[in-house]
Amino acid sequence: MPDDKDIPSAYVKDKRTPTESREELRARIPGWGVDLDPADRPSNHRLHYAPDTTGAHWDFPERQPEKWPREHSIEHAFVTPVFGTAQPPKGLSGVIRKFSYARYGEARLGHWLLLILADRVDAWEEHLRSFATTRPDNPITETGVKAEYTHGGLASRKGRVDARHHLLDPLVVAGPWVAAAGGAVLGVRKLVRAVRR
Amino acid sequence: MRAMVYRGPYKIRVEEKPMPVIEHPNDAIVRVTLAAICGSDLHLYHGLMPDTRVGHTFGHEFIGVVEQVGSSVQNLQVGDRVMVPFNIFCGSCWYCARGLYSNCHNVNPNATAVGGIYGYSHTTGGYDGGQSQYVRVPFADVGPVKIPDWMHDEDAVLLTDAAATGYFGAQLGEIAEGDTVVVLGAGPVGLVAAQSAWLMGAGRVMVVDQLEERLAKARSMAHAETFNYTEYDDIVVEMKKQTDHLGADVVIEAVGAEADGSLLQHIAGTKLKLQGGSPIALNWAIDSVRKGGTIGVVGAYGPIPNAVKFGDALNKGLTLNMNQTPVKRQWPRMFEHVRNGYLTPRDMVTHRFPLEDISEAYHVFSAKLDGCIKPLILPSAA
Repeated sequence: MPDDKDIPSAYVKDKRTPTESREELRARIPGWGVDLDPADRPSNHRLHYAPDTTGAHWDFPERQPEKWPREHSIEHAFVTPVFGTAQPPKGLSGVIRKFSYARYGEARLGHWLLLILADRVDAWEEHLRSFATTRPDNPITETGVKAEYTHGGLASRKGRVDARHHLLDPLVVAGPWVAAAGGAVLGVRKLVRAVRR
Repeated sequence: MRAMVYRGPYKIRVEEKPMPVIEHPNDAIVRVTLAAICGSDLHLYHGLMPDTRVGHTFGHEFIGVVEQVGSSVQNLQVGDRVMVPFNIFCGSCWYCARGLYSNCHNVNPNATAVGGIYGYSHTTGGYDGGQSQYVRVPFADVGPVKIPDWMHDEDAVLLTDAAATGYFGAQLGEIAEGDTVVVLGAGPVGLVAAQSAWLMGAGRVMVVDQLEERLAKARSMAHAETFNYTEYDDIVVEMKKQTDHLGADVVIEAVGAEADGSLLQHIAGTKLKLQGGSPIALNWAIDSVRKGGTIGVVGAYGPIPNAVKFGDALNKGLTLNMNQTPVKRQWPRMFEHVRNGYLTPRDMVTHRFPLEDISEAYHVFSAKLDGCIKPLILPSAA
């Protein structure tokens, strides 16, 4: 039977582990306890009704002009009065995005999975489009992989557990390109064979 | 103008883009003088956040100079040096009226579950961000604040998100005097959360991470005890031993979607996108806190469901507090703490990159090369 004092705090009514005194903590930690009173913490009351302090001088903001039918969550009553106008939906990815917003609410997994799918389609559309420009996508420069040489890629990873999944990163980046190239080669071969027959 | 542009997962470049224009009478255009890459930008970079469109300019941590104002702007003038909270918010909706600036209902048509954020995909409103030379700032009378003369620019830019989120995370923990506080993650947010825990009266602050340089920073910057979880078979068991088998009174989860610690969860959450990121840090928080304890969650997760140990959270009677940070609400008090030297955000800055080198900056930060804790971006050098 252990001595009572050997029984850990969790099994008795008070913590046995002594904490430092206020004086010791103040001497050691700059500013220890200045926000000890919860009232001094800015978000102490999660809901703090103070509409006159925000700088807003309107009850409802003027509406920003809508340059195209702005896709929006069906959980909203309408398009919000202010919104971002970056990257309007276009191409096949745009069709998928608009469908996802029009069809599914935010609670539906399909909404988010369609948006992720659209993101991948978008990347492919833009990669292909870039090949018809003077600045095609360049996976070497755009991945910043040069930093592996300039910022100690190998030495930095020594002994780290996350190095394991770093090995997967090139697969995530290059995998679809390799698969597409393989698919293209197979397709062309099939076509050539069909023509020869 | 020159701007960082997303080209698909793991791929970004700098492009010439049209200058932003005033689209609403309360807009301002800000010339960015200093920006930062946030850990949450990596979620976009890795293709985790739904509706991240090619061509998008990231960046929600930036400061700059007002270049142009819309017709209804009253509080700012051209030439003002401003710091801009990462939240875009109207100041007048039901939520803003109650101080929930990060939950504004008037700025994000794409989702009701999240407010507006600069340069953070269309899921947060489709606004281009500040890793560029110029940026559109909606509700200029509500969000931006003139940078105090005494404040260092690097502190100012970190106060727009990382530092404010650390301080907010500690508040979510509802720390009482003498509490044992565990901070999961010694990144920019976790470092300030650890500093803040002391201000709120913690009796003991322990920080958990796997990167030695970050743990060293937690010791020097936040006077914390540190634990490298890779040195323990089970970090949760170690936390129990450290707390006399009670568990921590408070755990602050400052890691979010791209947590390491479980290869399976990491691959399922961040590589295969089967979850809204890996929930391992959240699960460690649930397991490490004592029964009846409190978890403050400021780690960011995507909208896709996660495999969270909710049964344990229920059985332990936990309180889970969480939100995106209402940044501007934190500022007056934080400004005092920074001025007094109690919070020292710029101590975390390890790298400064010109905008033109932003592809390398993202790779360094993403792979955590060269001891990188916090990289800043200098648009003026473009």
